[in-house]
Amino acid sequence: MAVTGFFTDSTLCIGCKACEVACKEWNDVPDDGFRWSGLSYDNTLALGHSTWRHVKFVEHDASIGSGGNAPDLMTWQFSSDVCKHCENAGCLEACPTGSIVRTEFGSVYVQPDICNGCGYCVVTCPFGVIDRRPDDGRAFKCTFCYDRQKVGLEPACAKACPTGSILFGDLDALEKAADHRIAQLHAAGMADATIYNPKSSSVGGTHAFFLVRGDPKTYNLPPDPVVPTTLLKPGWNAVAVGAAAMAIGSLLAFALCGRPSPAASRHPLPQAGEGLSRERPKGRVRGA
Amino acid sequence: MITESRLEELRRNAVPIKPDGGYYGMPLLKEPVWTWEVPAYFFVGGAAGAAAVVGAAAQVAGADRDLVSDARWIAGAGALLSGPLLVADLGRPERFLNMLRVFKVKSPMSVGAWTLTAFGTFASAALFADEMRKRTRLPVELIGDASAILSAATGLVMATYTGVLIGATAIPVWSQHVSLLPIHFGASALASAVSMLELAGHNEQALNVLGLAAAALETYFGYRIETDRAEASDPLRRGATGITTRIGGFFSGPLPLLLRMARFRKAAAASSLLGSLITRMAWVEAGKASSRDLRVPLALDGRHASGPRDQIGE
Repeated sequence: MAVTGFFTDSTLCIGCKACEVACKEWNDVPDDGFRWSGLSYDNTLALGHSTWRHVKFVEHDASIGSGGNAPDLMTWQFSSDVCKHCENAGCLEACPTGSIVRTEFGSVYVQPDICNGCGYCVVTCPFGVIDRRPDDGRAFKCTFCYDRQKVGLEPACAKACPTGSILFGDLDALEKAADHRIAQLHAAGMADATIYNPKSSSVGGTHAFFLVRGDPKTYNLPPDPVVPTTLLKPGWNAVAVGAAAMAIGSLLAFALCGRPSPAASRHPLPQAGEGLSRERPKGRVRGA
Repeated sequence: MITESRLEELRRNAVPIKPDGGYYGMPLLKEPVWTWEVPAYFFVGGAAGAAAVVGAAAQVAGADRDLVSDARWIAGAGALLSGPLLVADLGRPERFLNMLRVFKVKSPMSVGAWTLTAFGTFASAALFADEMRKRTRLPVELIGDASAILSAATGLVMATYTGVLIGATAIPVWSQHVSLLPIHFGASALASAVSMLELAGHNEQALNVLGLAAAALETYFGYRIETDRAEASDPLRRGATGITTRIGGFFSGPLPLLLRMARFRKAAAASSLLGSLITRMAWVEAGKASSRDLRVPLALDGRHASGPRDQIGE
């Protein structure tokens, strides 16, 4: 089975949130509150256990030639965010139950019948995507519509996208399409258009990648995401050092300090200031 | 689900879109969902593991048999308490056995679950054999002693692996200290095991020496944290989590060190126990504060990222 991917082109996004709605409907994702954030038209704010597609509204001071309705007022860009389905996925590596697996489509999938809600994936995702749903207890994130892909359908968000901003297909073909698109945009004068796909980081690239204008940091896309498995080596080395020190130290302490007099043990400790061991019989000092 | 108070906090800390403020200053990482049971387990499991090590060392060196017995009690009881603490923190506690569904060497939590299983088996076998030895004439001493050695071997991992568990994550303040945490937690665990034995009435000089060494190490780690200027370490020095970290450090390091030098062993032991527990709580809380800090994951220049910085330690 071919490895599939998402190519989300923010220059085509109109911020309609059809992807968010389609995702919710198809996957039966519960609501996560009807509240006004006051931050542009974004009331969802971030991906989470109950938001698997999230449209960001990047609204900032006017900059000539960069999107927006009224160039003299402000610049407005939209980008639909989603689980990145990392090549080296922190959540998948860390999952202790084997609930999180790599599917035949190359995507990262949480098996809801296995997950026991330990929460370790939450702290090992360098993109802050996966989260535990409090009223359910299990961790949730984008499934890449595994059920739809199984029967040859495209994911609900891509199907619903009215502008072709969310493209779904063979990952290699999408990467070629993205290269073509970025060349087209640069030729048209959009020099600030970049592709976000952290291939040179330890994540090793993502199966859902993005084309954004401006600095990817303004979309909360980390410049150098680190897959936590790279930290295992220094961590376990420190365990070896600590364990060796504790073992040798404990043995030495008991071997060198000798046996206490049989009477000494199991008796109440001397009061503060009194001599405490055979080695220091004259240790009696003035009490506190 | 975002609570009203959390939304209010996000609104309050929102910043205009600029490359040095991320996306309205919204946190990039998710906050750890762990509640008090997890740091409590770090404390209990660590103390139990270290107690098994101390007990086995005393056993091998031919020290007082009562000390060996009490060490086995701490190890066994701690192992028994660890399981429920971890199960209680699961989102789906009834599925706790799924932890033993696979073994994944790349998952510190999987390695930890299996280590706890092995440790619990050996520590309770050692304890059971010891009680049998006292009450019956059954020839269980060899089995008990062998189990105790195995519980010490797994206990070494119990006392230290929790440092890798939180160190090998995306949370900046934890991952920054991945090489320090296992030794730091190990020293803390050793101090608590020794302290429990001392409070149980044992006054072997070896325990005092180990307590001194652990307190000296904890003092050094406190100094390292205090002088660490890295942005990722801010939650250990600023805000509420900074205060908790310092309190934990004071009760783990300098205070018991001085008390031991002044020969107030029981007071030192009580201080170490308290310090060890507070230290684990402080590290988990610091991780929560750290998850809200945009500067490390977005590689921002901290001087301009006013929004995220204000959130540290809240």
